Formats: sequence, C-alpha cells, structure tokens
Amino acid sequence: MRHIISLLMENEAGALSRVAGLFSARGYNIESLTVAPTEDPSLSRMTIVTTGSEEIIEQITKQLNKLIDVVKLVDLTEGAHIERELMLIKLRAPDAERRAELKRLADIFRGRIIDVTDSTYTIELTGDGDKLDAFIGAVGEGTIIETVRTGASGIARGTRSLHL
Amino acid sequence: MELSGAEIVVQFLKDEGVKYVFGYPGGAVLHIYDALFQQDDVRHILVRHEQGATHAADGYARATGKPGVVLVTSGPGATNAVTGIATAYMDSIPLVVLTGQVPTPFIGSDAFQEVDAVGITRPCVKHNFLVKRREDLALTLKKAFYIATSGRPGPVVVDIPKDVTDPNVRIPYEYPREVKIRSYNPVVKGHPGQIKKAVDLILGARRPMIYTGGGVILSEASAELIEFTRLLGFPITQTLMGLGAYPATDRQFVGMLGMHGTYEANMAMHECDVLIAIGARFDDRVTGKVAEFCPHARIVHVDIDPASIAKNVKVDVPIVGDVKNVLADMTKELRARKQKPDAEALRQWWARIDEWRGRNCLQYDRNSELIKPQFVIEKLYEVTGGDAYITSDVGQHQMWTAQFYKFDKPRRWINSGGLGTMGFGMPAALGVQLAHPDATVACVTGEASIQMCIQELSTAMQYMLPIKIVNLNNRYMGMVRQWQEFFYESRYSHSYLEALPDFVKLAESYGHVGLRIEKPEDVEGALREAFGMKDRLVFLDFITDQTENVYPMIAQGKGHHEMELAPYCKAPQSGERELA
Ligand SMILES: Cc1cc2nc3c(=O)[nH]c(=O)nc-3n(C[C@H](O)[C@H](O)[C@H](O)COP(=O)(O)OP(=O)(O)OC[C@H]3O[C@@H](n4cnc5c(N)ncnc54)[C@H](O)[C@@H]3O)c2cc1C
Ligand SMILES: Cc1ncc(C[n+]2csc(CCOP(=O)(O)OP(=O)(O)O)c2C)c(N)n1
Ligand SMILES: [Mg+2]
Repeated sequence: MRHIISLLMENEAGALSRVAGLFSARGYNIESLTVAPTEDPSLSRMTIVTTGSEEIIEQITKQLNKLIDVVKLVDLTEGAHIERELMLIKLRAPDAERRAELKRLADIFRGRIIDVTDSTYTIELTGDGDKLDAFIGAVGEGTIIETVRTGASGIARGTRSLHL
Repeated sequence: MELSGAEIVVQFLKDEGVKYVFGYPGGAVLHIYDALFQQDDVRHILVRHEQGATHAADGYARATGKPGVVLVTSGPGATNAVTGIATAYMDSIPLVVLTGQVPTPFIGSDAFQEVDAVGITRPCVKHNFLVKRREDLALTLKKAFYIATSGRPGPVVVDIPKDVTDPNVRIPYEYPREVKIRSYNPVVKGHPGQIKKAVDLILGARRPMIYTGGGVILSEASAELIEFTRLLGFPITQTLMGLGAYPATDRQFVGMLGMHGTYEANMAMHECDVLIAIGARFDDRVTGKVAEFCPHARIVHVDIDPASIAKNVKVDVPIVGDVKNVLADMTKELRARKQKPDAEALRQWWARIDEWRGRNCLQYDRNSELIKPQFVIEKLYEVTGGDAYITSDVGQHQMWTAQFYKFDKPRRWINSGGLGTMGFGMPAALGVQLAHPDATVACVTGEASIQMCIQELSTAMQYMLPIKIVNLNNRYMGMVRQWQEFFYESRYSHSYLEALPDFVKLAESYGHVGLRIEKPEDVEGALREAFGMKDRLVFLDFITDQTENVYPMIAQGKGHHEMELAPYCKAPQSGERELA
C-alpha cells in the first residue's frame, strides 16, 4: 500500500540525512521525499511517499518517530487528505499546429505556459501524481524534452493539522 | 566562570559527575588534553587503541549503569572507535563519545585527518552532534548525556572541531542542570488499560512463560522482576543479554533460551500459551524460525522502545514503558485481583518442564583426558563463589560461560550480544575493574578473540588492573569451526589458528603473570592460584579440547522444538515425546 507520511522535524544540518539513511539502511522504499522549512524557521516539514505492507509502514513510522530530530509525525493516508505535486515540463513546440495543441492540453489540465522559445514551450502543472502522469501521457513521449517533478506534498483535509 | 572550549569540555564532564574518560590523544583534541592535564577530578585512562577505549567505557557502563565516556581524535581516532560504538548501539549501552574534528573552516576540504564522523557513525548511534559554536558546547554535551542515558539507552557521538576548543577564547560557562528536548520524550509509564489487559491474560494462562532480556538490567528492575515472577510462580527464561536479572540458581529459572539456550527453556517457549516478554527484542538468535515461534501463545510485550514492539513478532498486548514501572504496576494489579493463576494447570506445566529438564541438556563428557571448556567455567564459578564480574569475547567460550556460570545478580555478565564483537572482552573487563576496584573481574576469551585487542594488556599494566583472563585455547575459531563441521561437511576453511603466540610469555612481556594449564586436574588449582593474586593480572591459558561443540543448538531457520542435543545427553524419559 502507498502511504504519505508527513512530519515535522528540527531544521538542523544533517536531519535530512538521518531520514534518508534510515530508509536505505532498513531497506524501506521511498517513492518521493520533499522537505522545506515551515513558517517557524526552527522546523522543517517533510512529506515522504512510501510503499509497504501494514507491518512495514508501522515500523517506518516508529523508526521515524524514534529519530531524535523528528518532532511530530502523521500518516496522512489514515484520513482524508490532499496531495499535490508540481511539475515543470519542457516540450517540443516547433510549429503553429503543435503549439495550439499543447496550449489546449495545458488549458485542459489547468497548466500554465511559463516559458516560450520558437521551438519549445515550458509548462507548469500541479496536481496529484496521477494527473501529472496523465498529462505526460497526453502530450506523448516524443514531445517531451525534459520534466522535473517535486514529489508529493500532503496536508490533511478539514480541521485536522500537523503542528506543535 | 569564563572558560575556553577545551576547559568547558573538561569542566562539564566534572559537573556531570564523570569519573573516567577512556581515550587516546591526537591533533584535533590536543586542546582538550591540555585542559585534562591541568586538573585531577576527571581521570583519563590511556588505552592502546581507540577500539579499546570504547569497549572499556562500555564495560564501565554495563557494570555501573552510568554512561561510559570516550575521547578520541579526528580521522583514524574516530574510525577506530566505530566498532565499539556499534557494539554499544546494538546492546543499548549508554556511551558519550567525544571525537575531535578538524577546525570548522577546514570541514569538507579533505583536511588532514578529516572524516565525516557524524556521517560515519550515524547508523550506529542513538544520536550525534557536530558542535560548530563554542557557545553551544555545554548544552550539546548535556543533551548528549541525557539522550544516551534516558529511554532506550545508546551511544551518542559529539564531534568537536578543534577551533571550538581554542584555549585563547573564553566565554561564560554555567553547568546546564536540566535539558528539555521537544522532539524527545520517552514514554516511561505503561498505559493502565494495557496493564489490565496483560494481567487478564496472565491470570488466564495455563502454560505461562516469562521471557526477559537486557531491558530489565538497563531499567534496574531486578527486584521488581523477582517479585513479579515469585508472586506468579511461573517459569522464567532470559536472553543472553538478560542473564543475572533473575537469579540463575532459582528453581523458577529454566535457563537461557534461543540458539544455545536450554532444552527446557526452548521447549517451554514452544508449548506455552501465554508469553510475557519483558525488555527483550525478539532477536533472531532467540526466536529461531519466526513462523514457528511460540505457535500456541498469546503475547504480552513490555518495551520502552515502541519500535521494538511488533518488529519481528506480532504481539497481543503491547505495553510501551519502562520495565521497572510496568512490572511494579502489573504486580500491584495482580495483588489487587481476587483471581489467582490456575494452580493445577501450573502444577502440570511444571511437571512437563521438569521432564524436559530431566534431559540434562548441558551435560558434557566429564571423563575426558582433555580439558573440557565447560569444566573450566564450572570451576571458575566455584572458585569465584559465583560472585565475579565476568566479561567475555565472542564464540564458543561466550556460550559456555552463559550456560555454566550461574549469574545471580544483574550487571555481572558483560558481553557483546547484538554485534558479537570479538575483542570486546578484555578492554571491557578493564572498565569493569575501574568501576569496581575491589571486585573480582574475569574475562573469558578465546585465543582468536583475545588477539583482537591484545594491546590493552599494556593499559592493564599502566593502571594496575588485576583482571583475570581465562583463555579457552582450542587453537580454533571454535564457533566458526563448529558451523563448518555441521554445515560445511567439516571443511575447516581458515578457522584453524596457526602461529599462535606463547600466551604465557606474551603476558609476561607486558609485565603480567601467565599460566598454562594442560590437564583437567590442574584447572582448579590454577584458578585458585590466579584469583589468589589480588593485585596482579593473570593470564590463564587453558589448552582445551579442540573438538568440543556448543550444545544444545537450534540450527538457523529451525524452530524451538527442533533443538539438537549433545550426544551425551540423557534419553527421553517415559511419556516424553521424542524429538522431531
Ligand atoms: C555467538 C552468539 C550467540 C548467541 N546466541 C544467543 C542465544 O542462544 N540466546 C540468546 O538469547 N541470545 C543469543 N545471542 C545474543 C543475541 O544476538 C542478542 O544480542 C540477544 O538475544 C538480545 O537480547 P535481548 O532481547 O535481551 O535484547 P537487548 O539487546 O538487551 O535489548 C533490550 C531491549 O529492552 C528494551 N529496553 C531497554 N531499556 C528498557 C527499559 N528501561 N524498559 C523497557 N525496555 C527497555 C530495548 O528497547 C530493547 O528492545 C548470541 C550472540 C552471539 C554473539
Ligand atoms: C570482529 C569479529 N570478526 C569475526 C567474527 C566472527 N566470529 C564469531 S566467533 C569467531 C571465532 C572466535 O574464536 P575464539 O575467540 O577462539 O573463540 P572460540 O569460539 O574458539 O571459543 C569468529 C571469527 C566476529 N564475531 N567478530
Ligand atoms: Mg578458539
């Protein structure tokens, strides 16, 4: 099962390597990992997308909690939640026909064209992973020059929250 | 008080009540060594290799419950310490290891003797720190001691760049009495609802079993364990790390469990219907094949580390908390209940266990012309009145000591269980002897293990530490040879030790006493002679039977009921099922 684990940790040098090291040392999967400081500069918020059996996910959350730098942790997949990922994608757009088609596709997926040259479009797109995959599928592989994805960030729906 | 960084380190150790620092100097820690030189409160013990420093500090910690403190230089000093740090980590032993680091402006430049100590040790410490500002030094050290000694203990590394200890820059210092870490709050009190559930299960048991581990010793909970176990009248087994927490000479103790545990302990594990696991972590040397582990049992598991619970084996009633509190709470709850354990069921259960006991699984050939290693340990037990601190190395000799030295008190049995570090025993014994100068301290070792930290014989001489070394010299890496005999058709690949030193002369060359013992009838006399020399280190080189194996044994991947017994064990008694 795919799980999205969200955690607050001390914004200290080396904190990220403790998490990354834990996953590699214990052989846990990481699908993606994002991290950035929060409104409280002493804290970072991390979202980890991982897969594993219930037993493994239980161990992952326990082992993460055991890291001294981890302040608080929640498995977002245990409740309703929102997941978003940002993708920047550079596409071949050599002629008017192609450009019009890409513009249309971008509109359908609520993407934005953020850079243009005479032969390329760069599009910004947010959504959950499936939506980004769908866009990639729609433009077709031959069109893609480059993609960069942030990995998922997540937040609980409703009034539930992860804070100190 | 205005102090330099180096002085802060030393003053802090003093304020923290640290008596001994085990260490080895080098460029990056010279400022600290200079500060050490100018005071007498914190005693520095100079080892001969940084691995020895970590093991000695570890032995000190295991024998006292206080954190062991180590000071080493950057680069090779730090890397030499890693084995000892990992050893302490696997057995949850509190250590604070101070490593020197190159000056902060040089970090990351491949400077002379630079290694990323924080990176290298990260997977084998409870936590580590790099101190970049001298203003952070005192509080970081306080955090290190707090983390090392609280919750599930473990080693903490504090990496200190040389400029941070600059003797020419002074800042105000005050000993930080308290520290709070918002992200670290170990749970020590067991959940009352869970304790009730556990007691329900315990009182309903017909074939109960108590299985305890190192956590009882770490928690200083022997008295609570004894009260709980005696109150219930249940059989109790202990892991290699748990030995001594419950007296081995007590009738309710059925011996160690696991790979080289007793037949009765393992059979009782296999057939029990309620298992009460206390401060033990279901290690694979204990469980054997997990799919066949305690197939009939409902399991209560008490552990301070939530990650230990349900890691290897699913449990029915998990209780997160400190063993000492939880045992006291369970005992209180038991006393408050009207219901008592089913006496008749318990009587039948004990009858069954006594049948297994009757196999006398630790029997060995007592008529041999050669010195049997088990015999040496039995005599060691007798000669020391069962009251010595015994450290060991890793191998067959370690198992025989665990089986034949009946530890009645906690912290008396000091060995590397989790990492299984050869070379641990002798330096650890030095730490133990420093902690308990008047106690009898012996290191049981093998001719292979002892050579891994043999240089510490020199440390022992410098500080006049009169430990006794009991070398069970079988000229083989016996444990390796045993596996090769059993699982590789006796192809003894690289397990025979050629070109062994003359240990007697070796000991003498360090200024100690050496004795070689070659006949069974000389064993006891030699031990008495050695233990009579109260102020000398005596190296006893026992030339033992080369072919002896450790029994009983559960081969890897087998279940508790599939133990292999020694050839000379008694046949099954009437009514008892033959072994599978
Ligand atoms: C050659 C060799 C052979 C071996 N054979 C055997 C064998 O036959 N049998 C055997 O048992 N072992 C054997 N071992 C040792 C084995 O590898 C493990 O080290 C050992 O079984 C672990 O013991 P433990 O479960 O008591 O855990 P420990 O490593 O002692 O861990 C203690 C547990 O208690 C918890 N804890 C700590 N403090 C507290 C507290 N205050 N309150 C509550 N919980 C706490 C910890 O979180 C941890 O889960 C062997 C080792 C070697 C080298
Ligand atoms: C540092 C280290 N290297 C290798 C091993 C693997 N090992 C386990 S027991 C053993 C042999 C130990 O021989 P000895 O000290 O003579 O003890 P014996 O088994 O003969 O009693 C070896 C090599 C280990 N545990 N530690
Ligand atoms: Mg040997």
